[in-house]
Amino acid sequence: MNTITRAQLAEAIYAQVGLSRNESAALLEDVLERISAALESGRPVKISAFGTFSVRQKGMRVGRNPKTGVEVPIMPRRVLSFRPSQVLKARLNGEAVRAGDE
Amino acid sequence: MTKSELIAQLAAANPHLRQPDVELIVGTIFDEITNALARGDRVELRGFGAFSAKQRDPRTGRNPRTGEAVEVSGKSVPYFKPGKELRERVNGGPLQAPKRSPRGTVTPS
Repeated sequence: MNTITRAQLAEAIYAQVGLSRNESAALLEDVLERISAALESGRPVKISAFGTFSVRQKGMRVGRNPKTGVEVPIMPRRVLSFRPSQVLKARLNGEAVRAGDE
Repeated sequence: MTKSELIAQLAAANPHLRQPDVELIVGTIFDEITNALARGDRVELRGFGAFSAKQRDPRTGRNPRTGEAVEVSGKSVPYFKPGKELRERVNGGPLQAPKRSPRGTVTPS
């Protein structure tokens, strides 16, 4: 299993669009930053045929340190969740994507 | 924010790029991530998060309408683990250790 990083994504933009390598990398960063900023402000980010990133509010609950067994309160917090689209799920299993799914 | 709003924002911030190029840039990013996952590779974007495919074992499911048992084959499902930096931003800044008052003192209210 290989790991793809920013470098390979920037290279793909470079190959597809024909911008300089530097500008390709900067645009990738710009895209990630805009998605992050939207999520930071609590707005969901919906990418069709890929999936939806959304922010969920979690209430306070009592947790436990698994090592010591001491109870500790877990404060209310906001967590990020990603819901893959039907298209992405189908692609992972080599299935044809039915027209009309998103 | 939707994909088209993201494209519009990016186009406005980069007036030297043509709209079709901006669409191609955004499309390429998500296509590359999708292709990597379909090949079984993972995608790690430090500070943002990591995309990977998790394997689900075959199981015996039930048709919820008829209650009939059906074999569900194993499959691969996409998974996203947010990076530390993004997790903290979404939660409103770096995580803090729970505040506690020094032993034996009363916290003024």
